Amino acid sequence: MPGAFSFCDTPIDPAALQATLNHPAAGGFVAFEGRVRNHNEGQTVVQLEYEAFPELAIKEGLLIMDEAMQRFAIIGAACIHRVGLLEIGDMAIWVGVSAAHRDAAFSACRYIIDEIKQRVPIWKKEHYASGDSGWINCETRTRTRSE
Amino acid sequence: MHPIQKDSVNPPATLLSLQLQYFAIFREQAGKRSEVLLSSATTAAELYAELQQRYGFELTTSQTKAAINNEFCDWDRQLKSGDAVAFIPPVAGG
Repeated sequence: MPGAFSFCDTPIDPAALQATLNHPAAGGFVAFEGRVRNHNEGQTVVQLEYEAFPELAIKEGLLIMDEAMQRFAIIGAACIHRVGLLEIGDMAIWVGVSAAHRDAAFSACRYIIDEIKQRVPIWKKEHYASGDSGWINCETRTRTRSE
Repeated sequence: MHPIQKDSVNPPATLLSLQLQYFAIFREQAGKRSEVLLSSATTAAELYAELQQRYGFELTTSQTKAAINNEFCDWDRQLKSGDAVAFIPPVAGG
């Protein structure tokens, strides 16, 4: 089962994704769900916007899934990232891993989410209750005023 | 068209036609998603410096990555006409 990586611009359906990882040899399944949080660095977040460079992001995302399949004794792995405007509580990313045993499933799931955050060209703009907004990791010193 | 003048001291710069894509903070600062740019830059780093001048991009090359034809590349990568170039500000997925 090759690792899967994709984007969507509508709400993520974890049940459908989890079903793709079902396998008779899988004694364990681990999932990580990343959700939009209502605060960051002392500011109240009201909305969040994700943008991706799809061609490069899919390539890098699939590379990470392949790395996970090579490094850990897992059966299957899948990841989907949502883009566009998200509200508080919305799921932004889902990572699922099935494996014969739990150790590999936990480790691979952790590896995938950590590498995605570091390497995949996806950007996040937070919109704050104050009316300010900012691209995370890009403009920590100066906040741009939203229109 | 003028004939190419011989000038051994200052040869005319060759302009490359490059397909630029802008994302996130760069898209907002450039005010556009993409453009075709004629540039005398020879490397990804030179092109980025030109865009910093043009659009006021403040991120440094240590904070930014370059991609040509949908592949990450080194800053000293030589550009050729027709290349699709994108600069990648610090990512924040997940």
